[in-house]
Amino acid sequence: MEEKSHKPPFRSHILVFLAPAFLIYTSFMVIPLFGTLQMSLYSQIDGVQKFVGLANFATLFGDERWAQSFWNALVNNTWFFVIHMLVQNPIGILLAALLSSNKLRMRAFYRTSIFIPTILSFVIVGFAWKLILSPLWGVAPSMLDAIGLKSLFAPWLGKEEYALTTLALISVWQFVGIPMMLIYAAMLSIPDEVLEAAECDGLSGNAQFWKIKLPLILPSIGIISILTFVGNFNAFDLIYSAQGALAGPNYSTDVLGTFMFRTFFGFQLQLGDPNMGSAIASAMFFIILCGVSIYLFGIQTRLRRYQF
Amino acid sequence: MTTSQPTSQSISNPMLSSNTARAIAAHAILITYTIIALFPVVVIVINSFKSRNAIFRSPLSPPNSETFSLIGYETVIKQGDFLLYFQNSLTVTIISLTMVLFFGAMAAFALAEYRFKLNLLTGLYLALGIMIPIRLGTVAILQMMVASGLVNTLTALILVYTAQGLPLAIFILSEFMQGISDDLKNAGRIDGLSEYRIFLRLVLPLVRPAMATVAVFTMIPIWNDLWFPLILAPAEEVKTVTLGAQVFIGQFVTNWNAVLASLSLAIVPVLILYLIFSKQLIKGITSGAVK
Repeated sequence: MEEKSHKPPFRSHILVFLAPAFLIYTSFMVIPLFGTLQMSLYSQIDGVQKFVGLANFATLFGDERWAQSFWNALVNNTWFFVIHMLVQNPIGILLAALLSSNKLRMRAFYRTSIFIPTILSFVIVGFAWKLILSPLWGVAPSMLDAIGLKSLFAPWLGKEEYALTTLALISVWQFVGIPMMLIYAAMLSIPDEVLEAAECDGLSGNAQFWKIKLPLILPSIGIISILTFVGNFNAFDLIYSAQGALAGPNYSTDVLGTFMFRTFFGFQLQLGDPNMGSAIASAMFFIILCGVSIYLFGIQTRLRRYQF
Repeated sequence: MTTSQPTSQSISNPMLSSNTARAIAAHAILITYTIIALFPVVVIVINSFKSRNAIFRSPLSPPNSETFSLIGYETVIKQGDFLLYFQNSLTVTIISLTMVLFFGAMAAFALAEYRFKLNLLTGLYLALGIMIPIRLGTVAILQMMVASGLVNTLTALILVYTAQGLPLAIFILSEFMQGISDDLKNAGRIDGLSEYRIFLRLVLPLVRPAMATVAVFTMIPIWNDLWFPLILAPAEEVKTVTLGAQVFIGQFVTNWNAVLASLSLAIVPVLILYLIFSKQLIKGITSGAVK
């Protein structure tokens, strides 16, 4: 940050402290981000980059083939997010509530174990589940057989109607540790006096959770929701590892990340197009920006924070 | 190990039996979920030590003297250059992590310690990156790396990961540094310490717990990232473990022994690191570093 040097006590050390972080962050994050936004306004015509205004976006939303892929990816992405909100976060809250209850034994063991999938890479998780769900290997069918539900088995990752939901649930399996930990931390920070007062008033167990703890952890639930939103609309690795860049079967697991990757680099017969890739990245940028703004201005300001 | 929590149960003896029932229910749910969380990892690891026939015949039983086999590991070590990949990942992760921690702490100190014009604005600007993923700038990052000849170098990855890790690091560390007492720093100033020395000698040692939390949060996504290695450094000699495993497993789809062995090889180092740092990580999260 440029400090004006005409102010009498110029403190050069502030500049020195800020400069490295500021420079690296600006040159490898902010400038490329704006570079990408800018590139989405250009197009390669006869070997030269020409300014074309919003033409790329007109193609993306107007051209039937592009628009179909884009909306397919956006709808899939939204479904991916909905499953996380409906499955991952409630399970995370339940586990945190159980972990934070008093006098629970083996707390550290549970915490450590349930967090393990979160530290693994998407590549490992994608392949591991692909193997487990594979009809070739038979781990999943033989387990369902053991509980008498073998007829329910289907090659979930290979069926258009199940593949996306299966992947979303795999991702939930992987990341449940994050809401669990954050909510757990929030619950530990509720002072004991508050809970004791609740008990004196006859509130315990479930009633205590719904009437006392839940309102107090709402800000943390808000943070988790926005983290889930940003993470999901940025998803790529798991789908790429498990289903490849074509996000099969028949694009049924395509999300914005894989769509952008395919457009940018090209795949099979389709040539790579950095400008259209940038246009998709810009669309993702605006979607994420909208989500974050709704959270910051619409939700966060309305959540009451309690100071103890 | 155990978080020492002052017990609030003082007069709840009459409800003992219902408490016991609740505790049993809690354990039942937690054990079920723990099994769900660990099951896939366990299945992969135990099967990687079995012969091909045993993998298919009884996938859920642990290896015994009859079915034990290291054939998968032999294939992996012969074919894949995992040692090199491992070294690449380690180099990238350690250097980026050091830069994130050091530069992040410096910037956080400037923001937390000094009142200056544009302080708030700089802080907001640097915090923007927490919410906006760096991947959205990929197209321009790749062009920049091509133009500067950094494609297929570890330097490209290090620079990108440093930029990616800085926003959260600065945010968490400056929250922490605001809590350090002014008296200490002023005493240092009276003793004639320069601002740099105050930062290095007094402040850095005090924020070490927060640094550990930031370190874990920065390290995991860098080590596990597939996107940037795939795009910026796909060449054989600069592949990271994650990308290496992805490509390798893709080639060996039909060799189940090799696939299971390479998955296990990719899981184990992270798992060991996690078990070493988990106490620190959990302490960091629950002490209010991330709220």
